[in-house]
Amino acid sequence: MNIFVLMKRTFDTEEKITISNGKINEDGAEFIINPYDEYAIEEAIQVRDANGGEVTVVSVGNEETEKQLRTALAMGADKAVLINTEDDIEYGDQYTTAKILAEYLKDKEADLILGGNVAIDGGSGQVGPRVAELLGITYITTITKLEIDGNTATVTRDVEGDSEVIETSLPLLVTAQQGLNEPRYPSLPGIMKAKKKPLDELELDDLDLEEDDVEAKTKTLEIYLPPKKEAGKVLEGEVEDQVKELVKLLHSEAKVV
Amino acid sequence: MARKVLVLGEVRDGSLRNVSFEAVAAAKIVSEGGEVVGVLIGDSVSSFAQELIQYGADRVITVEDEKLKQYTSDGFAQAFLAVTDQESPEGIIFGHTALGKDLSPRLASKLNSGLISDATSLEETGGNLVFTRPIFSGKAFEKKVVTDGLIIATVRPNNITALEKDESRSGDVSSVSVEIKDLRTIIKEVVRKASEGVDLSEAKVIVAGGRGVKSEDGFNPLKELADVLGGAVGASRGACDADYCDYSLQIGQTGKVVTPDLYIACGISGAIQHLAGMSNSKVIVAINKDPEANIFKVADYGIVGDLFEVVPMLTEEFKKLKVHS
Repeated sequence: MNIFVLMKRTFDTEEKITISNGKINEDGAEFIINPYDEYAIEEAIQVRDANGGEVTVVSVGNEETEKQLRTALAMGADKAVLINTEDDIEYGDQYTTAKILAEYLKDKEADLILGGNVAIDGGSGQVGPRVAELLGITYITTITKLEIDGNTATVTRDVEGDSEVIETSLPLLVTAQQGLNEPRYPSLPGIMKAKKKPLDELELDDLDLEEDDVEAKTKTLEIYLPPKKEAGKVLEGEVEDQVKELVKLLHSEAKVV
Repeated sequence: MARKVLVLGEVRDGSLRNVSFEAVAAAKIVSEGGEVVGVLIGDSVSSFAQELIQYGADRVITVEDEKLKQYTSDGFAQAFLAVTDQESPEGIIFGHTALGKDLSPRLASKLNSGLISDATSLEETGGNLVFTRPIFSGKAFEKKVVTDGLIIATVRPNNITALEKDESRSGDVSSVSVEIKDLRTIIKEVVRKASEGVDLSEAKVIVAGGRGVKSEDGFNPLKELADVLGGAVGASRGACDADYCDYSLQIGQTGKVVTPDLYIACGISGAIQHLAGMSNSKVIVAINKDPEANIFKVADYGIVGDLFEVVPMLTEEFKKLKVHS
């Protein structure tokens, strides 16, 4: 099976966000594989181990993204491809990323494409479905289970807590939801092997794309932090009195009940 | 600039979802005095048209077909695109729900347009329609505009105020017939796990438990409190990882991001991961044994104490309040 994973490099979930010069401050921040993409990588490896084939992890990013791609290789992916847009694109949006990925994937004859259902930084959740639409293939979002039998896929999808069991056929693009699997940590031999696995770097030119072809359809005007919350009122006295006071405050001061 | 804006009315369990009324209000802002057209898709949905109009839609278009009884991306995309072909809108608004999230990127791609997902507010300033949306799970916000193509957005439930229902409003209801074909996915089974109680993402009140609830049964007092308040139960990652509850309840950076009017955190320490999913709630109450717990830093009101003592007492007090009011 020819399996591809769409991966994004993101801030660590535990990072505090600060802003300098109107941009998210990246100095000294830890970066990771987007957690939902980690599920996608793990699932891809499991599908390959069960069905044979090859897993290629693809990321649109910059030089720094190499580190997360190496981690994916150390987990067990076979190949990595970095589409480095650092020199070509100053501002891209989901339209941009999807267009680039679809252009890369269009002649790859992928049987299965996996990605996270959302990235924890931008949080738009658009790229997976957009890529599927551009490639003209079926997609299923927020999946928690994937079974492949020949050309048929049986997929469980999380729908706001309910589950749908869906049958479809390959080629297919799915986006991973939490609960799909438990991503493995790269093993030491895995890390050693990863150093020798192929990591190709491409630029827009290599995909016959011009900057204009992928020009963003939206623009960010401003990034800001939410107003800092004042520390609230910790109630005092007997528990019973605290409870009575809390109910009173919620009713007459905060007016939420 | 007056625009024609489509808005998808989402029917769930026999009624229109609240977020659809909020989406109509958003569409009204985007339309800038133009026209707001409600779109209803399903096997039998025309009975909801009037309500969509009462909440501010100028008219409604329905697409009905047996094959649209359940949502599938292929079926709904065919139906919606038939409407966009007929109407040539300048804008489209969806709720940021499972359906909206699944369908909107496909339509935006097909219509060669951008998409602003998960908007929490929008306003017209200086000739620009500016959308605000959370990034980094609410640790920061961005203001965004559409620069090319249609104005397409999904709006997060509970953030944009719906217009007052006006029962005297009337409007045209028409239908578009489409041959729905080549559905590539078949839904074999739907397992309802979330059907009990209130939907977490749309709940006005959320009672959430962390590791401090100690067991699956430990969630029972929280459920009782949520029931009295007409709210939903949520959980921290710690509680889910410890198997006290299903991951569908998880609130946080991984998990759901919620903004209810009232968030009651019980036995939750307040890791940054969790705060990212709930810190924009309007009012936050923290109940925790540890006075140093991080959750008190974002709470409007706090009680230092044992949740198993405090929560049942709260339930009783709220019951009394309900009787009196």
